[in-house]
Amino acid sequence: MEHAAAGHGVLFEAFKEVANILATPWLSFSLTTIGLLLMLRFRRYVFNWWIGILAIAIESGVIIWGMKDPNFSLIVGKPDNVPITAMLFISTFVLWLAMTQAVNNDRRVEQKLPPDEKETSNQKTWVWPDLLYIEFIALIICSIVLILWAIYLRAPLEQPANPAATPNPSKAPWYFLGLQEMLVYYDPWYAGVVLPSIIVVGLMAIPYIDTNPKGGGYFTFAERKFSIGIFLFGYLALWVFMIITGTFLRGPGWNFFGPFEYWDPHKIVALNNVNLSDYVWVKWFQWIYQKTHIEWFNQGLPQVRNAIPQLLPPDPTSIRLFLVEVGHAIKREFAGILFLAFYFLALPGILAKTILKKFYEQLDLARYSVLVMLFLTMFTLPLKMVLRWTMTLKYFVDTPWIKF
Amino acid sequence: MLNKLKNTVLDSQIKKSIFRVGIPNTDRKRVLIVLGNVFLHLHPTKVRTSGVKLRYTWCAGGLSFFLFLVLTLTGVLLMFYYRPTVEGAYVDMLDIRSQVPFGIMRELHRWSAHAMVIMVMVHMFRVFMTGSYKPPREFNWAIGVILLVLTFLLSFTGYLLPWDQLAIWAITVGSNMAKATPLMGAGGPFADFLQIGGVPLVHPGDDARFMLIGAKELGGTTLLRFYVLHCVGIPLIAAVLMAVHFWRIRKDGGISGPL
Ligand code: HEM
Repeated sequence: MEHAAAGHGVLFEAFKEVANILATPWLSFSLTTIGLLLMLRFRRYVFNWWIGILAIAIESGVIIWGMKDPNFSLIVGKPDNVPITAMLFISTFVLWLAMTQAVNNDRRVEQKLPPDEKETSNQKTWVWPDLLYIEFIALIICSIVLILWAIYLRAPLEQPANPAATPNPSKAPWYFLGLQEMLVYYDPWYAGVVLPSIIVVGLMAIPYIDTNPKGGGYFTFAERKFSIGIFLFGYLALWVFMIITGTFLRGPGWNFFGPFEYWDPHKIVALNNVNLSDYVWVKWFQWIYQKTHIEWFNQGLPQVRNAIPQLLPPDPTSIRLFLVEVGHAIKREFAGILFLAFYFLALPGILAKTILKKFYEQLDLARYSVLVMLFLTMFTLPLKMVLRWTMTLKYFVDTPWIKF
Repeated sequence: MLNKLKNTVLDSQIKKSIFRVGIPNTDRKRVLIVLGNVFLHLHPTKVRTSGVKLRYTWCAGGLSFFLFLVLTLTGVLLMFYYRPTVEGAYVDMLDIRSQVPFGIMRELHRWSAHAMVIMVMVHMFRVFMTGSYKPPREFNWAIGVILLVLTFLLSFTGYLLPWDQLAIWAITVGSNMAKATPLMGAGGPFADFLQIGGVPLVHPGDDARFMLIGAKELGGTTLLRFYVLHCVGIPLIAAVLMAVHFWRIRKDGGISGPL
């Protein structure tokens, strides 16, 4: 399998090599983020017909060319993965479609013209026939696409269900693969339960925390830079990107595999993730001990046992034991606790004085608090990702009861 | 001759009883035809010109709804052939694929489902990018978010029904998350704090995952539960919320536009 693609020429081999490297999570995520920032910064030059067509052409080219490789075509050609490939194109297209109009409107506003939509927003059009015929055509096209898709691609049906034969990797349905991918960085209680709830509530909160009166009812970027920037980052880099990574680049053992790599079930990846407390007690305190020879720094990682308090009926001994262990945990995890306290309690205040100053002044306290909490919660993900890649960090706080 | 036939048809009692208005060749009739038809009257009679443009709405909301209708139709057809039992489900899948005439119903249903998930996400993207969630449309945005979640859940519950390897393991991965719910999942943080005299209150036989899959392990009860939710429960809730969604679009002043 690994060598089946040989003979396609040096160029193809080089292309595969480069693609495999570019797909490495830390690199692809950084490139996506930087690419997004650059795209927004240079939006005037990026969002036009030429670049739009070029982007779609490059994406198609890579996929069509890549299909020559058996490993690539195996995973991209899976019937249930077709929607995800489609999503790659659709995301590019809708980003282009929205931003091109936004750039156009911003230019008009600069020239003291109203946004394009304004030209006709005070006129009315008959539903019959004008709207209905657009809807009718959309229905026809949609039906044709569906019928062709259904004729040419069979719905997948694998072996009958067998609870004893766990496939490796086992994957959730594709739209949840972003969440499954987040399991790499968070524990299930967070990535699978708490975070999705926060995402849903956070989405519903958007209209109530974005009080910017401008930019309603037309495409614009200049008038809503912050909200659109954050939304695009969340939608493209933290949702679509994670789904694509989870689908195409995670193989057996949820290990990373480049798009042209063979999914080797025996691939060994060293698991050397360490907690912040390991860094503090083992690495950094040891270093201090070597310098100062103060015995206290030489104690190594404190032990914390998993004690469960008996609350009903209250059992004083077990509660006391539990509290003792909580004390140990606080001692061991003090750095992480301090960090999280700083992150969630002090940072909102600091941001209010700096980056988010404008929002702090415009919003009332309740709105500002919700905004900053959602903002910070969202950014724990890139933060954890970066810390994982740079210092193999696992948990900020690791107690027997809860880990983050 | 032809004219006579046309007139007979157009003037017939049958035709008049069905179509109340006749050919909409005047503005009055254009109003009446939209108002007088239960399907068309989801629309107002006139709409903001800028909002009708394809480049504004991308038809994404409309197509989400259309896909929902396609899914309802193909779903009902599939229900004729499908039994939600461990013994029946997979066999029926094989039959649907090889025995049933128009053997692309399952394909249509599955691909429409994927398409609907994407379309709803695209619709949300458009609504965000035009700032259409701003007052007075905040509430409709919130309804939309719930519709998005319901779309995911519809697709998720449907994923199990073929009862093949793909199905049960995807749902296993998904439902294992419920095990980790804080306080309410047997493996979740602090769940073991909830006990009376050493007897755990939250255990695999009553936790959040059990509620979701109806048993300690994925099995026939899960299949039945997901089937009922997929075919009846969630579509009903989604349909009601869509009605609210559409109603609110009109009450909020139609498709958004610059002030
Ligand atoms: C099953 C899912 C959904 C269906 C069938 C649906 C349907 C529609 C339709 C037909 C429209 C008319 C305009 C258009 O086509 O864009 C619309 C508008 C709207 N939708 Fe949805 N929608 C769904 C989900 C959502 C979601 C997920 C959101 C946001 C989170 C949302 C928020 C809105 C808002 C705010 C409007 C008003 C837009 C405006 O006035 O410009 N909807 N929806």
